[in-house]
Amino acid sequence: MIKTDALIIGAGPTGLFTAHQLKLIGLNCEVVDNLDKIGGQCIELYPDKPIYDIPAVPECTGEELTNNLIDQLKPFDVKFHLNERVEEVKKSNENWQVKTNKGTEFSTPNIIIAGGVGSFEPRKFSPKECEKFENKSIFYSIKDKTVFKGKTVSIFGGGDSALDWAVELSKDSKVNLVHRRDEFRGAKATVDKMRVLEKNGKINLFTKYQLKSVNGKGNLESIEVEHDNKEVKNIKTDYVLGFFGLIMQLGPIANWGLNIDKKTINVDTERFETNQKGIYAVGDICTYPGKLKLILSGFHEGALAARACFKLARPNEKYRFEFTTTSTNLLRRLGKKE
Amino acid sequence: MPKITYIEHNGKSHTIEIANGLSVMEGAVQNNIPGIDADCGGSMACATCHVYVKEEWFNKLPKKEDGEEDMLDMAFEPKKNSRLSCQLMVSEQIDGLIVNLPEKQV
Repeated sequence: MIKTDALIIGAGPTGLFTAHQLKLIGLNCEVVDNLDKIGGQCIELYPDKPIYDIPAVPECTGEELTNNLIDQLKPFDVKFHLNERVEEVKKSNENWQVKTNKGTEFSTPNIIIAGGVGSFEPRKFSPKECEKFENKSIFYSIKDKTVFKGKTVSIFGGGDSALDWAVELSKDSKVNLVHRRDEFRGAKATVDKMRVLEKNGKINLFTKYQLKSVNGKGNLESIEVEHDNKEVKNIKTDYVLGFFGLIMQLGPIANWGLNIDKKTINVDTERFETNQKGIYAVGDICTYPGKLKLILSGFHEGALAARACFKLARPNEKYRFEFTTTSTNLLRRLGKKE
Repeated sequence: MPKITYIEHNGKSHTIEIANGLSVMEGAVQNNIPGIDADCGGSMACATCHVYVKEEWFNKLPKKEDGEEDMLDMAFEPKKNSRLSCQLMVSEQIDGLIVNLPEKQV
């Protein structure tokens, strides 16, 4: 059980700056994010896209912004828990007990949700029967590739993940690669490799096909794929892999008893607190009259939520407002003064 | 102002006047049309403003730019006549456009 003054959910720009604000005022914090890297949407969706409305930064990309925010956290020791999603939030006595999908547990008086538009989850196949086979014969990521050895694997998608796995698994498995069009968006070198493997009969390529249905009692036995011209093919297969990128879903946050309105959480504008005491929401995921979904608004919201955390984390101390230009306390924490 | 018609998956139709220069996605979001999520806000990064465009209109629209087709690979049930509505700019040329919304976006 990790004890902390505040737990931040989401390592996007708002979560990062909120961590900075917490550490600056002398609170400790930990950050959990479902993605495997820091940066949230800025890194996952638009690392190369320029942003023009960060105050005092005329132009920067999502990646540059993230790197600068990480730099700004350097004086502080902030622990990140990546690849983890918060599943459970329960009140026990004065504190919130928080549990992630990997089993990490936290006890904290303050939870700050900086979850953007939710957590990134793999996009799944649309036929409903697919759910039955999920994590048994149908996968959206690969943890142990040895299970596919000597089996028939049908891979769907046209990006790098689909291509990389088609090339890799073709060494020891019979691979069908299915894609909705002729062109592949993956790296050219991998596309070329895949084309050679197709010529040599190592990969069966089905383009302009999409998954229509899956069949099997208990185990998956076969799938039907449909061509653009409606022609249907039946393919015998042991496993199906889908690589259609990530979508954003609110996920377990919906179950924590918060006031949720169309994927956003209602907060007050003094503390950015939700209807649950000690749970705050900042950045794109929060809403209030006049809310702007701008990164700069997230910074402001995080700064105020951090001050609100102080009250619950240090009930016997008084928070005193200070400037980084002059305060000895703050300069010490920033490592600028002995 | 050009009129755009959005038809929800259940058949409910909304015809709305939208100012030139906005995207078909922005028109939907500003008018609270259900069925267009637009999670990424129009940076062509999420495929949650996916629409179907009937053939007669599909061929009149400006062609897809690089990246839109890639992103449509990740849409829910993409078809030949799929477009991302954030990439369709409203103008007099597309006055009367009808778009059909998919069953869901995610």
